[in-house]
Amino acid sequence: MSNKKHITMTVNGEEQEFLAEPRELLIHTLRERLGITGPHIGCETSHCGACTVTMNGKSVKSCTVFVAQADGADVTTIEGLGTPDSLHVLQNAFKEHHGLQCGYCTPGMITRASKLLEENPNPTEEEVRFGMAGNLCRCTGYQNIVKSILAAAAEMNASKEAAE
Amino acid sequence: MKDEVTTREDRVEALGGMGCKRKRVEDARFTQGKGNYVDDIKLPGMLFGDFVRSPYAHARVKSINTEVAMALDGVIAVLTAADLEPLGLHWMPTLAGDKQMVLADGKVLFQGQEVAYVVAKDRYIAADAVELVEVEYEELPVLTDPFEALQSDVVLREDLELGADGAHGPRKHHNHIFTWEAGDKDATEQVLGEAEVVAEEMVYYHRTHPCPLETCGCVASMDKVNGKLTLYGTFQAPHAIRTVVSLISGLEEHNIRVVSPDIGGGFGNKVGAYAGYVCSVVASIVTGVPVKWVEDRMENLMTTAFARDYWMKGKISATKDGKITGLWCHTTADHGGFDACADPTKFPAGFMNICTGSYDIPTAYLAVDGVYTNKAPGGVAYRCSFRVTEAAYFIERMIEVLAIELNMDAAELRRINFIKKEQFPYNSALGWEYDSGDYHTAWERALTAVGYDDLRNEQAQRVEDFKAGKTRKLLGIGLTHFTEIVGAGPVKNCDILGLGMFDSCEIRIHPTGSAIARLGTISQGQGHATTFAQILATEIGLPADSITIEEGDTDTAPYGLGTYGSRSTPVAGAATAMAGRKIRAKAQMIAAYLLEVHDDDVEFDVDRFVVKGAPEKFKTMKEIAFAAYNQAIPGIEPGLEAVSYYDPPNMTYPFGAYICVMEIDVDTGEHEIRQFYALDDCGTRINPMIIEGQVHGGLTEALAIAMGQEIAYDEMGNVKTGTLMDFFLPTAWETPNYTTDHTVTPSPHHPIGAKGVGESPNVGGVPAFSNAVHDAFRAFGLRQSHMPHDHWRIWKIANDLGLHG
Repeated sequence: MSNKKHITMTVNGEEQEFLAEPRELLIHTLRERLGITGPHIGCETSHCGACTVTMNGKSVKSCTVFVAQADGADVTTIEGLGTPDSLHVLQNAFKEHHGLQCGYCTPGMITRASKLLEENPNPTEEEVRFGMAGNLCRCTGYQNIVKSILAAAAEMNASKEAAE
Repeated sequence: MKDEVTTREDRVEALGGMGCKRKRVEDARFTQGKGNYVDDIKLPGMLFGDFVRSPYAHARVKSINTEVAMALDGVIAVLTAADLEPLGLHWMPTLAGDKQMVLADGKVLFQGQEVAYVVAKDRYIAADAVELVEVEYEELPVLTDPFEALQSDVVLREDLELGADGAHGPRKHHNHIFTWEAGDKDATEQVLGEAEVVAEEMVYYHRTHPCPLETCGCVASMDKVNGKLTLYGTFQAPHAIRTVVSLISGLEEHNIRVVSPDIGGGFGNKVGAYAGYVCSVVASIVTGVPVKWVEDRMENLMTTAFARDYWMKGKISATKDGKITGLWCHTTADHGGFDACADPTKFPAGFMNICTGSYDIPTAYLAVDGVYTNKAPGGVAYRCSFRVTEAAYFIERMIEVLAIELNMDAAELRRINFIKKEQFPYNSALGWEYDSGDYHTAWERALTAVGYDDLRNEQAQRVEDFKAGKTRKLLGIGLTHFTEIVGAGPVKNCDILGLGMFDSCEIRIHPTGSAIARLGTISQGQGHATTFAQILATEIGLPADSITIEEGDTDTAPYGLGTYGSRSTPVAGAATAMAGRKIRAKAQMIAAYLLEVHDDDVEFDVDRFVVKGAPEKFKTMKEIAFAAYNQAIPGIEPGLEAVSYYDPPNMTYPFGAYICVMEIDVDTGEHEIRQFYALDDCGTRINPMIIEGQVHGGLTEALAIAMGQEIAYDEMGNVKTGTLMDFFLPTAWETPNYTTDHTVTPSPHHPIGAKGVGESPNVGGVPAFSNAVHDAFRAFGLRQSHMPHDHWRIWKIANDLGLHG
């Protein structure tokens, strides 16, 4: 169709190139077009954060980003954070501290947390709660999510120190 | 094949059985983004369905023009009631014995009601086509108040015959649905009439919504070659959905496979059968290709299963020294445009008659009137057993109001009225037999833990300081002692659509000593794959890590009524234990044969059968499993499998003591939760880590409901809280840390003594938060103020009490 736009983007380190209507939402690009179903749809209004991905170094709600806005972008989803053989510290911490129940918010939650810990590697509990306030969870009451993130921060800092 | 571990403690630990904090097996896929939720399902050629919905709460549908929409490239079909009528599918039965329009048949009864169903090649085209369907409406008078509805000449349900009985007996008015009664009316009125003290109050529990993070949806796939329908969806009760689909579609049940994949939270929202499911099935049958329907958040909040909306008028009587003598309640229940409550058939108001709570109340009476209004249908149990949170909120508010009337401390009033430990099993005045409890122990432990007396002293000082102008903050101490009724339920009195509310487990032991167990329930985050394996590990002596738990596929799982009302552990958990015991009974015979002794001469010991008196002679369950498949044992069939269908003899009655300490800013109406202590007694504890997680989550849902969450309508029937901008879901920022604690009073009738816990924190949490708000203003004369206690409403309380000077 004539109104389609040529888009390129890097998703989890892989180059992607396709034609898409400019109005296509990034979450649908990821989920429907590229088969990357880790990010979920919870509200389509930017409130719940289930669709959180990292785009050009920032946490974004991919349900309210047009694919045209993501042209040329570097995007990381939960699938790009760790592998089954080498999980991200946060992925282990969430399991260890029971930071998830139904799992629906978890990919967005962990993706956001990974960015938060890049921005602030040594956050207080208050800073974690504030920094995660864009991601809603209906199951856990957040207590164990906060615990998981603080534990992951401690572990990442400890291994950084050990490496130095 | 001898084990390397030898001590009994080591062997117990190696099993990962009941009582240990086993990490969840579900988490590997969820943390890596590899969950499989319904919207992740993508089938070849799949189409996408979307609804045209009514902007009006009450209107006639004069005409529907689908021509322009049909002309749009990529649109396959637009279904209306006229298309469904020849199939008899324009209406469907509800779980409450009523019927409900699938697509608007001549009129609409609530805003957002389904009018037409568009099927298109993708969700964008479907959304475009929805805008192109032209519907002409003629507005009708709107009724959003149930009391007004019972007086109004406006007939909402013109399809129902005037004067004819409804599903639950006589209807008193054209907008009346049912009257349901429990207890002794005359005796209660007599007790109230003669009482030394009577407290009277209207307690409103507002309409809200379970709002799981994943909305409802399905993929219907009709295989026309083989005549088989597969329906994937967000179903909390997949087998019941299969039966419903069979009954309304005419397809034979064996030709229908219902699959609940991973579910992104349910909380009651995903119990019901919705128009989207029916339309998707019809569309797939018509087109011969799979059709997906997933509602968006507005559709979820506006149309699929709300919760609560009970107006509870109460009277409670007592002696001057605080002994409660009677309880009376009349509830006006707003059910919306259709009665689609999800309750057991004989209980149109659920288990609201648990409203005598934790107290020994000798005489009581309850009546509930269900009413039609121009609101969405539903009335599900949002993280509670059927209408139990309404009941708990009612009695816990009435206790507080009575304490005010008696000028008595509310903790003391509870203490002197609790059912005593020695009174169990206890028969309540409204007809339940409480299985077990030790309320006094829990209560004293809770009061001690928070330093109750010191808190009251601090509060008194705060009131003095406030009056002296030294502070603008008040302190509220919110007390609650709740008793739940869960685990529906005994087939003799519990059914849904005629299906008895038993549940089931089927176990297959593999030759090498691992196993698969399938259940009739379905996890929505509760961690069944983790905890049911723990029950089995303890029962059959194989490690939990060697046991796969599978749920949700009706082609493989045994029939069960699903997961809601905290019924999985009480019912399916019991079935799991009983099926495990059948495995063990056969294993005992195999062990005896292998050990060349009589069956009675071996006994089970953690993970093996040992010869009595000779512990060095044993066969491990792993060895026994292999023998079941490779030995010809006289009189015993090969294999090691069992199935159990468990019909519970009674409900279970978890209880708990919750205390919330809240600071309230009188000038802004803002609150701060300073402390929240939650003691739960759910009987035997299967996995303390998961229990604690359930309590945190349930308390946070309670926090939301009590402090801001509601489905609100304006007088035109417009939903005012249809997005997450308006509908309050607390973030990590607003949510406090909770302190959890427990006592253990096992259920005497449950095979492992477990009672269920997932819903207790919501049932107990709502009154604890609400009572804290009320308690903060008690010294200034507040008796009752309706939830949700958002900042505006708390400010209004202070303003109405003259606290703003």
